[in-house]
Amino acid sequence: MTDPSGVAVSEFGTPPAGEEREGQERQQARSLWSDAWRELRRNPLFWISVVLIVVLLTMAVAPQLFTSTDPRFGDLAVARQPPSAEHLFGTTSQGYDVYARVIHGARASILVGVLTSIGTVVVGGLIGLVSGFYGGWLDALLSRVGEIFFAIPLLLAGILTFYLFPPDLEDPLILQVLTVVGVLVLFGWPSLARLMRGAVLQVKPNDYVNAARALGASAPRLIFQHILPNAVAPMIVVATLNLGTYIAVEATLAFLGIGLRSPAISWGIDISLASSIGLVRAAPHMLIFPSIFLTVTILAFIMLGDAIRDAIDPKLK
Amino acid sequence: MGSYVLRRLLQMIPVIIGATFLIFAMVFGIGDPAAGRCGERACPEAFLVQFRQEYNLDEPLVVQYGLYMAKLLSGDFGESFSGLSVAEELLNRWPTTIRLAVIAVCFEALVGIAAGILAALRKGRFLDYLVTLSSLLIISIPVFVVGSLSQLVFGIRLGIFPVTATEGGWFDLLLPGLVLGSFSVAYIARLMRSTMIENLRSDYVRTARAKGLGPGRTVGVHTLRNSMIPAITYIGYDLGALMGGAVVTERIFNINGIGGFLFYGINTKDGTIVVGTVTCLVLVYLLANLLVDVLYGVLDPRISHD
Repeated sequence: MTDPSGVAVSEFGTPPAGEEREGQERQQARSLWSDAWRELRRNPLFWISVVLIVVLLTMAVAPQLFTSTDPRFGDLAVARQPPSAEHLFGTTSQGYDVYARVIHGARASILVGVLTSIGTVVVGGLIGLVSGFYGGWLDALLSRVGEIFFAIPLLLAGILTFYLFPPDLEDPLILQVLTVVGVLVLFGWPSLARLMRGAVLQVKPNDYVNAARALGASAPRLIFQHILPNAVAPMIVVATLNLGTYIAVEATLAFLGIGLRSPAISWGIDISLASSIGLVRAAPHMLIFPSIFLTVTILAFIMLGDAIRDAIDPKLK
Repeated sequence: MGSYVLRRLLQMIPVIIGATFLIFAMVFGIGDPAAGRCGERACPEAFLVQFRQEYNLDEPLVVQYGLYMAKLLSGDFGESFSGLSVAEELLNRWPTTIRLAVIAVCFEALVGIAAGILAALRKGRFLDYLVTLSSLLIISIPVFVVGSLSQLVFGIRLGIFPVTATEGGWFDLLLPGLVLGSFSVAYIARLMRSTMIENLRSDYVRTARAKGLGPGRTVGVHTLRNSMIPAITYIGYDLGALMGGAVVTERIFNINGIGGFLFYGINTKDGTIVVGTVTCLVLVYLLANLLVDVLYGVLDPRISHD
C-alpha cells in the first residue's frame, strides 16, 4: 500500500519540483555571473589586463610573430652592447639579442603560471569539495595533510625539491616546466582546498541542496550540479591572483640557479645572469628589460584577479 | 584563554612532526640521500660509509627519522662537507638575518599601515588612487627585481647606500631591509585600506558618531583599533616568512645571514647545509605562526576560546 502511493507521489511530485529547482538555479547562476560580467565590462583595469594577457599569450604561443632573431644565436663580436636600432634592447654577455630572449622567455613563465593555477584549482578544488561534502574522518585526515604541506613556504619547498631532484637539462622545455608545475602544485593546493572547503560548508545546508538530496540525487550530482557552481567563485578569484605569485616563484627559483636553467629561456634565468654586480654596472639593459616584462606579466594577472574579485563581491570594493 | 593556548599548541605538534617528516622523507626516502653532499664530485667511498652510519641508513625510515630528529633537537645539524658545523654557522648568522627582518618589519608596519589608513580616509580621491595603484605595482615586482634594480639605482648610480652589506651593520642593512619588506608594505597598505573602509561603515562607528564623538575618537579609537588586527597578524606571519624570503635579498646584497648561507649551500652543492637550513627556517616559520595565533586570541576577543 505504501509502496505504490510513494511511487505515485514521487511521479506526481518530482517533475514540477525538479523543473522549478532547475529553473531557479539557472536564474540564480545567470544573475550572479551576468551581474559579475556587467560589473567587469565597466572596469577599465579589466580591459587593460585582458589586452596585456592576450599579447603575452600570443608571445608565448608564437614568438616568431614578434621577432625573427634566434634567441640562442650568440655573436661575441657584439657582446654587451647597449640598445641600438639593430638590437632594440641591446645584447647580453654572450652576444644574445635581449629583445629576442625577452619575447621567447614569455613561454616558460606563462606556462608555469597557467598550468600551476589550473593544477592547484583541480587538486585543491577536488580535495576541498570532498572534505567539505563528506566531513567526518575524511575531512579531518585531508585537512591535517593539507596543514602539513601548507606549513612549508612555497619558495623553501621549491629550493629543497629542485636541489634534491634537479630537472634534467637534456629534457625538452615542456618536461622541465611540468616538473616545476608539479612541485608548485604539490605545495600550493592546500590554500585553495581550505577555501573550497569553507565555501562548500556554507553552501551545503541550503534548501536547494537538501531538496535535491531528498529527491534522491546521487553524491556526484549533488556535488557537481548543486554545490560546485555556487561555491566556486572565491576559488576562481584566488587562483587568478595566485597565477602571478607562481610566475614570481618560478622566476625566483631560476634566479637562485635552480628550477629552470639555461639553455631553457626564461626571464628569471636572464635576470639572474644579468644581476651580478659588475654586469649591473656595465650593462644594466640586460637586467632592466626582462624585469619589465616579468613585472608587467605579474601585474596583468593581479589586475585581472582584482577586477574579478570586485565584480563577484562588490562588498569588498 | 589558557585552554585556547594549549589547544593551539597541541594542534601544532602533528604539523611540526608532519612537516619535518615530509622534508626528511624527501631527502632520505626518495632517491639517493648522499646525492649532492660532496659538491660537484662523486662522494668518496669512506665518506659514504661514514654517512650511512651517521644517519643510520640501515634502519627503517621511521627509526631513521626519530634518530635524526633527536639529533636536531639536541642542536646537531650535521657538518658541511668542508667541515663547518651547520648549527654553529646558523647560530653565528642569526643576528644579521634578524636585524634585516626587524628593519623590514618596521618599514612594513609604519609605512604600510599609515598608507592604508590615509587611503581609506581619502577614499575615491587622489591620495587613495596613488596608494592603490602604487601598491598594485609594487606587489607585482618580484623581490629579486626590486633588489637588483635598487642596488643599481641607490647603490651604484646614486651612491646613497653601500652596494653590498657584507659587514651586516644597521646602516648597511637598511636598503636590503627596505627591499625585503617592499612586497609586504604594499600588501599591508591594501589590507589596511579595505579593513578600514569596511569598519568605517560599521554600525558601532555610526553609533559613536551619532553620539556626537569627534572624528579623532571615532576614527582614532573605535575604527583604528579594530582595523589593526588583520594587519598585525599579517606582520606576525610575515616575520616568519621573511626569514626564508631573505635568501634572495641576502644573495643580491651579499649578506652573511641565514639566507646567504642557504644560497652558499645551493651553490657549492652541499646537501647538509641546504637540508639543515631549510628545516631550521620551516621550524622558525611554524613557531612564528603559533605565536601569532596565540596573540590573535588576545587581540580579538571575538575569537572563540572554548
